[in-house]
Amino acid sequence: MEHVSMVFDRDGKSVPVLDDINLDVSEEEFICLVGPSGCGKSTLLNLMGGFLSPTSGSITIDGEAVHGPDPRRILVFQERGVFPWLTVAGNIGFGLSKLSRAEREERITHYVQLVRLQGFEQTYPSDLSGGMKQRLQVARALAVNPDILYLDEPFGALDSVTRLIMRGELLRIWQAERRTIIFVTHDIDEAVQLADRVVVLSSRPAKIENILTIDIPHPRNISSRRYLELRDDLLSKIGLAYTV
Amino acid sequence: MNSLAKPRGWEKFFWPLLAAGLLLALWHYSVLWTATKVFPSPLSVEKGLAELLRKHVLWSDIGDSLRRVALGFGMAAIVGIPLGLMLGWYPALNQVLNPVLQILRPISPIAWIPVAIIFFGIGDRAAVFLIFLGSFFPIVVACVSGVSNVPAIFRRAGRNFGLSPTQILARVIFPAALPQILIGLRIALGVAWLVVVAAEMIAVDSGLGYLVIDSRNSGKRYDLVVAAMLMIGLIGLALDFGFRRLETIRSVRWGFRHES
Repeated sequence: MEHVSMVFDRDGKSVPVLDDINLDVSEEEFICLVGPSGCGKSTLLNLMGGFLSPTSGSITIDGEAVHGPDPRRILVFQERGVFPWLTVAGNIGFGLSKLSRAEREERITHYVQLVRLQGFEQTYPSDLSGGMKQRLQVARALAVNPDILYLDEPFGALDSVTRLIMRGELLRIWQAERRTIIFVTHDIDEAVQLADRVVVLSSRPAKIENILTIDIPHPRNISSRRYLELRDDLLSKIGLAYTV
Repeated sequence: MNSLAKPRGWEKFFWPLLAAGLLLALWHYSVLWTATKVFPSPLSVEKGLAELLRKHVLWSDIGDSLRRVALGFGMAAIVGIPLGLMLGWYPALNQVLNPVLQILRPISPIAWIPVAIIFFGIGDRAAVFLIFLGSFFPIVVACVSGVSNVPAIFRRAGRNFGLSPTQILARVIFPAALPQILIGLRIALGVAWLVVVAAEMIAVDSGLGYLVIDSRNSGKRYDLVVAAMLMIGLIGLALDFGFRRLETIRSVRWGFRHES
């Protein structure tokens, strides 16, 4: 991603949202984007996903410029992203209509197992919990075998206990099927627990303020000294107080 | 007892039946006390109904009315659903056609009767045309709003998985809008059943509407008039009840509030 800027036109006034963002992401890397709310994290994700075009600059993936959405990179939404008219199996199979029936069934079975939704294949999303719906969304995304997964505050609508469990689940899934993951969050702990690198954005217009490498191997001990150091470091970089 | 208490099995039937029984009693005694010679009592209506059944006119009238509704409503659905989906899908087209639709929509199908007779003459086709008109607009409006209410997130997911616009319409927009389309169809069916009675009073010489007007015109048989009215009410209820069953189909149930 080189020199990406984005200016929105709102009520005749131009509102700069992103200002000269440069970021290089390696394959199979887990990147967390953090920053104050409304700073343009989601805009950046939408640019990378091809849902928006940058005002200036360019986004290239494996040397190929991003023009429009593509099943090789799937965006996972915060909530209500699963299709309520399809069963769990139907949702996972949504992007697989080009495959033969047998191949599709096989993929569905595989991803149902990966996200631990066995026994719920014929269940509709209205009968699933919030955490199960998000796992289903991740499974639907992974089923089309994308290179990159963009997650836009995927656990933002979950309660804190479920969130903690979901982080573990996501790491487990990521370790089973390595993909490049770009994960937008406003939760510091989430970023330090999950990411290889944390990208800190400033408030609007967003610039990259800092990039923090989290050098603790998984599974991470969230009360180890190194973890707390990195967490404090990140908090101070965002400019938050240590005490509440 | 509060509103949260679950009514016992027998209560679910007992109280509505009691209310209906009380109304019948009120009707019966009102006729007795006012000593009216014109308005029939429930008992004479019941005799009238039996008479209609004996003469085998009731079933053929019901059949004719239902056939007209099926034709008019069916055509309205066949034309209205695709048109509504297109208008919802292309907002620019909707802006062009919406004013015309909004002007035509509030015109009661009854007002179209003279026009229908010019177009189709006296006969079945005029009646079917009126039913078509009555049910067409609710269907189109429901489809347009159904499509425009589909969350952007679903369209984006559809695009993300590499679907073509036609595929998005068929696999995302249509299923997402289906609950609202069903509501529109149900309203349209209710309107169709209202319109068929009115249309049959003017345009044709069979059907429940004709039965009502003919019973009055040939000998002021108000017992038969009320009997036919009751049949109209019961069949309308049955149609609505039947259509509501569709709302419990699993792939649309998410769009309706259901007490679980």
